[in-house]
Amino acid sequence: MTSTSDRRVVITGIGVIAPGGLGTKAFWELLTAGRTATRSLSFFDATPFRSRVAAEADFDPVAEGLSPQEVRRMDRAAQMAVVCTREALADSGFEVADPTRVGVSVGTAVGATMSLEEEYVVVSDGGRNWLTDHRYATPHLYDYLVPSSFAREVAWSVGAEGPATVVSTGCTSGLDSVGHARELIREGSADVMIAGATDAPISPITVACFDAIKATTARNDDPTHASRPFDNSRDGFVLGEGSAMFVLEELEHARRRGAQIYAELVGFASRSNAFHMTGLRPDGREMAEAIRVALADARLPGDAVDYINAHGSGTKQNDRHETAAFKRSLGDHAYRTPVSSIKSMIGHSLGAIGSIEIAASALAIKHGAVPPTANLHERDPECDLDYVPLTAREQQTDVVLSVGSGFGGFQSAMLLARVA
Amino acid sequence: MTTVVTGVGVAAPNGLGRDAFWAATVAGVGGIGPISRFDSSGYPAQLAGEVPGYEAADHIPSRLMAQTDHMTRLSLTAAQWALADASVDPSALPEFGMGVVTASASGGFEFGHRELEKLWSKGSEHVSAYQSFAWFYAVNTGQISIRHGMRGPTGVLVTEQAGGLDAVAQARRQVRKGVQLVMTGGVDASLCPWGWTAQLANGLLSTGRDPATAFLPFDANASGYVPGEGGAILVLEDEHAAARRGAAVYGVIAGYGATFDPRPGSGRPPGLRRAAEMAVSDAGLTPADIDVVFADGAGVAQLDRVEAEAITAVFGPRGVPVTAPKTMTGRLYSGGAALDLVSALLSIRHGVIPPTTNIRQPAEGLHLDLVRDVARETPVRAALVLARGYGGFNAAMVVTDERNGR
Repeated sequence: MTSTSDRRVVITGIGVIAPGGLGTKAFWELLTAGRTATRSLSFFDATPFRSRVAAEADFDPVAEGLSPQEVRRMDRAAQMAVVCTREALADSGFEVADPTRVGVSVGTAVGATMSLEEEYVVVSDGGRNWLTDHRYATPHLYDYLVPSSFAREVAWSVGAEGPATVVSTGCTSGLDSVGHARELIREGSADVMIAGATDAPISPITVACFDAIKATTARNDDPTHASRPFDNSRDGFVLGEGSAMFVLEELEHARRRGAQIYAELVGFASRSNAFHMTGLRPDGREMAEAIRVALADARLPGDAVDYINAHGSGTKQNDRHETAAFKRSLGDHAYRTPVSSIKSMIGHSLGAIGSIEIAASALAIKHGAVPPTANLHERDPECDLDYVPLTAREQQTDVVLSVGSGFGGFQSAMLLARVA
Repeated sequence: MTTVVTGVGVAAPNGLGRDAFWAATVAGVGGIGPISRFDSSGYPAQLAGEVPGYEAADHIPSRLMAQTDHMTRLSLTAAQWALADASVDPSALPEFGMGVVTASASGGFEFGHRELEKLWSKGSEHVSAYQSFAWFYAVNTGQISIRHGMRGPTGVLVTEQAGGLDAVAQARRQVRKGVQLVMTGGVDASLCPWGWTAQLANGLLSTGRDPATAFLPFDANASGYVPGEGGAILVLEDEHAAARRGAAVYGVIAGYGATFDPRPGSGRPPGLRRAAEMAVSDAGLTPADIDVVFADGAGVAQLDRVEAEAITAVFGPRGVPVTAPKTMTGRLYSGGAALDLVSALLSIRHGVIPPTTNIRQPAEGLHLDLVRDVARETPVRAALVLARGYGGFNAAMVVTDERNGR
């Protein structure tokens, strides 16, 4: 492939499904109002579990226009990705002319885990039988086994025939899938990528696995204030769900058709801490390296960053790790830059959240406002940056850094910039 | 920038380790047999390709045993062998200059099965503290990076059976951007009752009982595929970096293409031919330069026909030797194409094309020069590997010997 790194990649359409609101408009209203969408877990009886708070999306696939067969065929995560794709396409006004120049990149951390568990319960007769009974399985079970089916569903919904893939790097999937799509456009493998991420992990096995390592909050008596990034009283993240999908286009392709442009994806990098599958080194070295490489990729100095959309999961170790990484990579500028975590409002939707945070970052540029960190009343003394507590802030925002950190040791950084 | 392969590690149903695998593959010795890991008597399909003679405790530190699925152990072992094969000491390389990009199809499914059983039969407090990552699709990349101190770019791609090539292509992108060394490939396994139930749902598994006739790509009696476990991990480096340290080179990752099939009912042509043409062109070659095609070999009549027509469209009728040595291993999901890539590199090194075993009656109307029964000795300078992932994913990769590389 020829080197075509002068090709620039822009966001021309956004679709979002998040807790607290369906659609990009409702999503942005929730964020700028500083409202929280966390609540007592309602999808199943959570009584036996340690953490019983969740950020659930009020998503009904039938009401969103999926056909009965699409609903049966797709896991909830795939349904959300397809509905978001429709919104993003409509938003961008893009219509496929040459399917071979349109690709797909969908991030997910845990794939069809909800449908897999529902099917497991049936074929194992409630866990009674190790030898699961295939005669009770849905014919769509293979699509749940291999999450590549998510990329297929999005490709079918768009009519894309370019490169298609699922990117699954745990909780950085939603940044990495968009980073991957950006790379494919830059190298010339596609002119348009339908990219983003989705996860619907609110199922007993997921709740149980985070219970086992106390990664999720136990603030069950106060669910609407349970996600408390950077606050001294934080005690873990709130499991969430959702999706964000984008139409990404090569800049000239977008300009030729007079498309609206939210922002350019100007830099991206991922690094690995090679330290621990779930633990983080307190010094933030690898995330800082990802930020530095992303800045170099964008040919921007650190002090160009106007706003940091943080990973801010609300676990003790993450928020300190990340704070250290911002200082390490941006120096004193870290203290002058607003940093916020939208997970305080919509929880942590694992692989999806990186794309949802890219959506928030693009909207911050478009609307000239940065969302707040809800529930932040008393800062952790080790978290001493400006985390935009409680209320959104209007400010000219031209360059946004959005970061993610996940199990496996993955650290990713994406830079978005206003297109002049 | 030229990206070369300097090390390979193999865990295959017909051989644990590169040499055992290649000896069996060239000799036409298969590794498909009755499933031994669970009682398959109640299932319509009962054959699989299981990796033989693998004692995890011989290869995996005890502290990792409780937190790893079988497929992660196989991948860690293959990664270690690949590094040894490349004569690389990761601790001597810059930590941010080494990356890991693997493919996955179904994650650590057997691990997940055990934890689901604990949850539903005993209660949530019995679920392992390792469940949060031991089953997920990113686990092999994470564990390999941790074990070898690789802090550079990471990635995990899921395109079912096409993933083995897509991951290597992504690894090549990283090398081209200046990353010194990238571990890549794919290893999969989901040979547990729950994984088997899920695989049966695609309706493509062979219900044959005889390992010699159950999986017959391009044969008139093709009746589905036999799943297997395992795969391969490769070490990719920039050609100059490899030369500086005097590394032995298997070959060059010279070309790649990926497409997705049109949605059903569109009337548009399938995308495999386009992927193959893109890969050949990306390598700076023409079809006449390709000495062998390693086929995807679905073992399903309709899919075999689509693939044969794509090969014929690019190379002409019987225009190039074609082989599908996966008749000896079964289909290994994300490990399948990574293993085929290793076979292609070994074909280049040894000047021999491994056979497609067990084919007795080639399907009518497929105009392929299929290398059947016995290996064919012939110089191989460039090989095309094809792979397809369930649902419409197509990938193609060209590997060449060093002289042919750009």
